[in-house]
Amino acid sequence: MTKSNFTRRGMLKTGALAGSGLALPTIFTAQSAAAASFTNDPTGSTVTLGFNVPQSGPYADEGADELRAYQLAVEHLNGEGDGGMLSTFSSKVLEGNGILGKKVQFVTGDTQTKSDAARASAKSMIEKDGAVMITGGSSSGVAIAVQGLCQEAGVIFMAGLTHSNDTTGKDKKANGFRHFFNAYMSAAALAPVLAARYGTDRKAYHLTADYTWGWTQEESIASATEALGWSTVNKVRTPLASTDFSSYIAPVLNSGADVLILNHYGGNMVNSLTNAVQFGLRDKMVNNKNFEIIVPLYSRLMARGAGKNVAGILGSTNWHWSLQDAGSKAFVQSFGMRWGFPPSQAAHTVYCQTLLYADAVTRAGSFNPCAVGEALEGYEFDGLGNGKTLYRADDHQCFKDVLVVKGKENPDNEFDLLEVVEVTPAAQVTYAPDHPMFAGGALGECNPGA
Amino acid sequence: MDVILLQILNGLDKGSAYALIALGLTLIFGTLGVVNFAHGALFMIGAFCAVTLSRLINLSYVTLDPVKTDFLGNPAKIKTPYVEAWFGPETGAWLIDWSVPLAILFAIPVMIAVGFIMERGLIKHFYKRPHADQILVTFGLAIVLQEVIKYFYGANPIPTPAPELFRGSFDFGVLIGFDPNAIIYPYWRLVYFAFSALVIGAVFAFLRFTTFGMVVRAGMADRETVGLLGIDIDKRFTIMFGIAAAVAGLAGVMYAPINSPNYHMGMDFLVLSFVVVVVGGMGSLPGAVLAGFLLGVLESFASMNWIKDIIPGIDQVIIYLVAIIILLTRPRGLMGKKGVMED
Repeated sequence: MTKSNFTRRGMLKTGALAGSGLALPTIFTAQSAAAASFTNDPTGSTVTLGFNVPQSGPYADEGADELRAYQLAVEHLNGEGDGGMLSTFSSKVLEGNGILGKKVQFVTGDTQTKSDAARASAKSMIEKDGAVMITGGSSSGVAIAVQGLCQEAGVIFMAGLTHSNDTTGKDKKANGFRHFFNAYMSAAALAPVLAARYGTDRKAYHLTADYTWGWTQEESIASATEALGWSTVNKVRTPLASTDFSSYIAPVLNSGADVLILNHYGGNMVNSLTNAVQFGLRDKMVNNKNFEIIVPLYSRLMARGAGKNVAGILGSTNWHWSLQDAGSKAFVQSFGMRWGFPPSQAAHTVYCQTLLYADAVTRAGSFNPCAVGEALEGYEFDGLGNGKTLYRADDHQCFKDVLVVKGKENPDNEFDLLEVVEVTPAAQVTYAPDHPMFAGGALGECNPGA
Repeated sequence: MDVILLQILNGLDKGSAYALIALGLTLIFGTLGVVNFAHGALFMIGAFCAVTLSRLINLSYVTLDPVKTDFLGNPAKIKTPYVEAWFGPETGAWLIDWSVPLAILFAIPVMIAVGFIMERGLIKHFYKRPHADQILVTFGLAIVLQEVIKYFYGANPIPTPAPELFRGSFDFGVLIGFDPNAIIYPYWRLVYFAFSALVIGAVFAFLRFTTFGMVVRAGMADRETVGLLGIDIDKRFTIMFGIAAAVAGLAGVMYAPINSPNYHMGMDFLVLSFVVVVVGGMGSLPGAVLAGFLLGVLESFASMNWIKDIIPGIDQVIIYLVAIIILLTRPRGLMGKKGVMED
């Protein structure tokens, strides 16, 4: 018979020592990342977020809707109101007591939809107001400019409405994160619907806004439609400042094209679509087919400007208030009760971004941008209105379902302009991180600043 | 050939708007000697007269739908326009449909009043100041006016459709012997062109065939002499400011169905209209009209694909290139006169 020297107490001691020994490097790493100094470390009882939206200029209405959503998100994070999507969000770490127990307050900046103005307002919020995170925007040019500034300053940038492939493509940054979908995803979601409705033998004519978003939108949709078998008759760039598109529409009439793709957004989209309908394109028969118009990126706020001209026209959108999942319903209820009308897709994406940032900080246990970035990278979540979503680590782009929508023929009210015709699954719009349309840039190293 | 004709039509249409705005601009410059950078804002206010009248005619009372619900699950609101309740559904619907043409009647007094207030309240204090001061103050006024409009109407464009009768397009080519579907043109754009021609003709007739117009023309040629004859030329020039404001306003009203009005539309036209005035010749009314149509047509031609293939970006600079060439060869513009804007 042998006597063992092992005792229960001894085993526990040994196990604890061995365990802590193995865990030591991770704990030290995590603690060192969290404890390291970083830009605008909130030391008091509050934390300041910077909401950088267009408060003047052509996208001011979209910016106003974003601000409403930000205010709602702050209220919900601080435990006020009905909690909105906090109750449907798959992560349950947010308890309505601010972020890490610090009450959330915010400052706002006016991007004016101009890159230099947007950078100046973001800089002011970081340097003067102590904002630990910057979010917002309604333009890809602005988003890319502010993302670069946040990278240099060492704060997290949670992009608002930006749809250019470049934001998480060649211009991606380690400190920048995008919840909104992109031009590639719009095209990938639209293509099967276009094939089903308009066939695979079509001739497309592109009118494209002459700036980063327009270029990537044109490249994406042309590639997707050509893969269907469509041919591209012409790609015409139009100046961003154009107001009357009649002289660009006129050549379409006798070009042999039977589809017009308007790679336009905002005022450009309203005017080009209105002009195209005025010139009778929708009533035209070409190549024995009905002439069709496509608007790859729809915005309900902008669609209002085009009035009845949007009827029957296909496009895509990141989110729509008519969705019936629990998250969307909670958000629409919360926003509608607070402001009296349903939220736009811009409002939805910035609300989600604010919650996702707060959630990442809480899970990381730190406001350090590098810790927050780590918490967001590869993070999978649900309950925010787009189904299961992944924040991909490779490029900081969210991958989720995309909505294909159509302008309603007979809207019931002023908000009822678009109807969802297809929910394209995330898998169908997912692309490889090294896809050629997103090539040319690198995330680089996270910058904590300070 | 059909494409060229189509672009000529487009150019004439664009030129109509340029000519109407430039006509008012040069009228103010010729009479009062003021360089009015707020003139584009008057065009924008005119378009918002159409929006305002449309909203007034669409004022509705609300009843609750017993069946449908709104996005919050509350009973949906049914809006019935008062005009339909007062005048019957058919007349009410007609008034709503024709709100843009009706806005002409609404805009004339509103724009004359705006012109009077602008001239008496602000601009008259700058008559003897340098042109640079006038430009600064009127540009500032333009920004204030557009921000006021944005405050009340928002930043997004507001759809203001033409009457049902003039929506859509027709086969213009068949009328002039082309194959069917070769030249399709929107009805309302032709209405706009005809309306512009009418307004321009009316302004010229007013100045040429009325005593008031004769005095104004005399004042434009020699203000001091007309004053020495005991005529209150300042009062007549103030009235001309009101008329110029109304011309810009009418251009805006009728432009509303072509592109949905937004607060910034005046600025979009302002710079182009100034180029039109300079190319036409400062203070020359026929020059403004001629240059308006000329630059409109050239701008349309420059947007043609084969021209852009030869000279990329030409559509963005054509107007300024033409302005440079004309000012180099004819420094006073196409129809400018000696002594205007010259020391």
